[in-house]
Amino acid sequence: MVQHLDRLRETPSQTAGPYVHIGLTPNVCGITGVTPEDLGARMVADGVRGERITIRGRVLDGAGRPVNDCIVEIWQADAAGLYNSPAEHRGRADPNFAGWGRCAADEEGAFVFETVKPGRVPGPNGTTMAPHVSFWIVARGINIGLHTRMYFSDEEAANRDDPVLRRVVPARVPTLIGRREGDTVHFDIHLQGDGETVFFDV
Amino acid sequence: MDKRLSNLASEAAPFMARDRGRHPPAYAPGYKSTILRAPREALVSFESTLSEKTGPAFGHNIIGALDNDLIRNFAKPGEAAIGERIIVHGRVLDENGRPVPDVLVEYWQANAGGRYRHKREGYLAPLDPNFGGFGRSLTDSEGRYWFRTIRPGAYPWPNGVNDWRPAHIHFSVFGSGFAQRLITQMYFEGDPMIPQCPIVRTIADPAAVAQLVAALDMANAVPMDCRAYKFDIVLRGRRSTFFENRPEGN
Ligand SMILES: [Fe+2]
Repeated sequence: MVQHLDRLRETPSQTAGPYVHIGLTPNVCGITGVTPEDLGARMVADGVRGERITIRGRVLDGAGRPVNDCIVEIWQADAAGLYNSPAEHRGRADPNFAGWGRCAADEEGAFVFETVKPGRVPGPNGTTMAPHVSFWIVARGINIGLHTRMYFSDEEAANRDDPVLRRVVPARVPTLIGRREGDTVHFDIHLQGDGETVFFDV
Repeated sequence: MDKRLSNLASEAAPFMARDRGRHPPAYAPGYKSTILRAPREALVSFESTLSEKTGPAFGHNIIGALDNDLIRNFAKPGEAAIGERIIVHGRVLDENGRPVPDVLVEYWQANAGGRYRHKREGYLAPLDPNFGGFGRSLTDSEGRYWFRTIRPGAYPWPNGVNDWRPAHIHFSVFGSGFAQRLITQMYFEGDPMIPQCPIVRTIADPAAVAQLVAALDMANAVPMDCRAYKFDIVLRGRRSTFFENRPEGN
């Protein structure tokens, strides 16, 4: 016999299903009047600090078809590298920046986020992570939410030293780099197949 | 700040590794939609960094008075959704058994006939003009949430020729860190459709399936009004930080 660890087990995940919009973006699917605005629709308020950017991309399946029923959530630090979270103990993040956004993909599988470029955040063992945005994708056919990150093509030196990117085989690192074009950063997510995006177990 | 001698799992501690064997695998061909949507490469594992240890928080000010009453939150004044009236309640806990307070729980479901209010939904069961199917709560200081709704109907779906979903309610839950983000489904005690469902069957461990089945809780029923079901949700826990893992010499 042995003592018990007294630990609970995590509730198993189940797919969000095809009607996830009812729960996460009710106004997008015509359930209006219950909440005034869908959560995560606006990440920035007037007076936000930092460089305004737009993140645009598409989610594609293993046949290259748009995943037109997915929900994409992002989570990122503010321009100074602080998270707007009770678990952030290093300082107070920009009150005009939520850090979290949620978007229902359209018929082309496309998502868009109006945000700011995040600052650098400390990593493990005294390292510093390159600026990045965490992504989480759920949909019909996705049994457990997929975590990935978007880094920035104009941060080559920081990306080279990033402790997470260093864990990824070099040939697959480009799947994690958002392509900067002016104020827009393009980032497509391939769930499967050629150019399959790197997903994380974190 | 030196936490090496602390045995407390602080809010900023890393999460315990996820037990992926308890969750459904990405590729589960009995549920056909996974076939083209499952990543085939191995996940890249690393211990949670600040980016996953932190997560968004929501204020109680976002919750409207009827947000947790699906019987009334979409109904015309003086009317109500049709169906078996139920209360669903439970606690959000972490793997250390601690309540998770002040986190957002969102839920959505079909109506009593098994029909969703969604533009892509084509099942022949009628819409209920008084039922939207969406609600949300913030957990209280003890991690509790509760809502009132009607019991959703089972519905057929295009997978096999004759596959039906058991009655279920979808849940989305936030924790204190983005790594805890979870979407799942709640089933109802005693439903014979549960073991037949290809989506339920993506989970290999029968004990894990049992964790998704809400218990009929007659002690919390409201006499002459509605019955109750209890559904606790467990999010990932943070590990203790007895000694921090540092390179030699640091
Ligand atoms: Fe469903």
